[in-house]
Amino acid sequence: MNAVFLKELLDNFRDRRVILNTLVIGPLMGPVIFAVMISFMASQAAERAESQLELPVIGAENAPNLIGFLERQGVLIEEPPEEPEAAVRAEDEEVILRVGPDFAEDWEAGRPATVEIIADQSRRYTGTTISRVRSYLNGYSQQISQLRLQLRGVHPEITRPINATVTDLSTPESRGGAVLAFLPYFILITVFMGSMHMAIDTTAGERERKSLEPLLINPLPRWQIMTGKLCATTFFALATLGLGLVAFVYAMGFLPVAAMDVALNLDFRVAGLAFLLVAPAALLAAALLTILASFAKSFREAQSYMGMVVLIPMIPSFWILIDPSRAETWMTLIPLLSQNVLILELVRGEAVNWAWFGLSIGTTAAVAGILAAVAGTLYNRPKLIFTSG
Amino acid sequence: MIEANNLRKTFNSGKVVAVDNVSFAARDGEITGLLGPNGAGKTTTLRMLYTLLSPDSGHMRIDGIDPQEQPLSIKRALGVVPDSRGLYDRLTARENIRYYGKLHGLGKADIARRIDEMVEILDMSEFIDRRTTGFSQGQRVKVAIARALIHDPRTVLLDEPSNGLDVMTTRALREFLRQLKAKGCCVVLSTHIMQEVAALCDRIVIIADGKVAAEGTADQLLARSGEPNLEDAFVKLIGSAEGLLA
Repeated sequence: MNAVFLKELLDNFRDRRVILNTLVIGPLMGPVIFAVMISFMASQAAERAESQLELPVIGAENAPNLIGFLERQGVLIEEPPEEPEAAVRAEDEEVILRVGPDFAEDWEAGRPATVEIIADQSRRYTGTTISRVRSYLNGYSQQISQLRLQLRGVHPEITRPINATVTDLSTPESRGGAVLAFLPYFILITVFMGSMHMAIDTTAGERERKSLEPLLINPLPRWQIMTGKLCATTFFALATLGLGLVAFVYAMGFLPVAAMDVALNLDFRVAGLAFLLVAPAALLAAALLTILASFAKSFREAQSYMGMVVLIPMIPSFWILIDPSRAETWMTLIPLLSQNVLILELVRGEAVNWAWFGLSIGTTAAVAGILAAVAGTLYNRPKLIFTSG
Repeated sequence: MIEANNLRKTFNSGKVVAVDNVSFAARDGEITGLLGPNGAGKTTTLRMLYTLLSPDSGHMRIDGIDPQEQPLSIKRALGVVPDSRGLYDRLTARENIRYYGKLHGLGKADIARRIDEMVEILDMSEFIDRRTTGFSQGQRVKVAIARALIHDPRTVLLDEPSNGLDVMTTRALREFLRQLKAKGCCVVLSTHIMQEVAALCDRIVIIADGKVAAEGTADQLLARSGEPNLEDAFVKLIGSAEGLLA
């Protein structure tokens, strides 16, 4: 068993393609994509929050006081384009304000005067801009209504029966969690990336180069041969996971975390806990991929199965993205989902719930163990041994 | 010493009968040839002997041990060069052989000594420390034989050993098999080439359509068929020349 393990390691370490794919690209892909994604999102958010609002206004001459108010608030009033609707549709302008010709007349008469915000709400960041324009308009509206009430001798406070305030209890850590929804996926995928090549090479590859039959003639129970292979595959998965986590820790150092007002709690301690958490999933991935690859007659055939499997760890990530609720005990019982929620807890900076940790590691290890046992019996089937007949 | 009695093996739940009532014996210190056209059931018979397939019925003994009951002991006792001779391309010939030595549970020193012996006997010194990518058929077969015999077995099974070999390598292989015989080993080889059995084998078992068509020494077979030469004798005993002249 040991001999099989060592041979598979030696064999695959000799292959530059394997090393490059599993031990370099595998661990780096996640952190790089993730870092690029996060810093892009962060810079966009920062740009939007801080930049001066440029607002084209149609009929600015109808409401000089309103325009004056907006300018005092720091809004840059622009000349409107010829065809405002077309300009918004063509994404030349994001939001255009239209002050109707009746504005002054309604104003004088004390009727609500209409202004129109032209925007395409299906565009991603338009909502933010609209609410900025709205909040300026509301501010002006409130100021004027208070003045009007005071003129009539009414205390303005009575028009505000409710004073709603928001107390934001989110911590920088918890805000980071939302941004990081896909971090667990990028960590989990490393064990699949790491075991993929080995799983194929040690099974389908062995059949393709016709070395399986001679191998099985050796005086060794077949489950031991499979176990040696599985250990080697798991070893690669763990190596990829470890390297991936280290890469993540360093990648986080380069992110403009402070600018985003979130804390990505991913230091070496968290990475170590994440390693512990995902380690059973490495065996799970190795066993699952080995079983699949064992049924394939060639490298290519096996690779075509693998493409589908790599999507599996994505399912819980999407689910969490759609329904980002807090971790509950039942979640920690489901392999892959449990790693997802618990890694999120970790990076949010929450205290480690050891019971949940134990459940996650226990159930994942149990499922992995069952799959490994299934894999161990595979070579008792003649169909999986002979390349032909 | 191999004894096979009434071996039967079918595939596809009985629809294809690969081996039907095959019985033969192979003695120590002799080379026994299983001769038959392609698809006659030679490989299946050998696979049952080296435990990768189990027979539907019949029984076998190798040096008194039943392969089905003690597969691991049989595997330790046998040296098998199967039809597939896949080597690990990224390992050197020596590493390929050493791997099998380790799987047999041999110690480091034993493995090194045996490899040196095999390098000497099979004339592998030129390529023993090269990676096996790009090896010629002859070199591959030599490595496959060396790794199969790393544990110095008394009983040696070879499935179509001279497939794809040139004349020189074939001669070297025959010489090597004669040495094994001289050492008192029980050697069984399957082939569809009649010149091979004629040149090498003490006893010949002719298999056709999964059955034993004839068994005996070359002279006995000649006498039985009443033909003047082996080639005609084979054709007559098998019933047709089909598949023999590959």
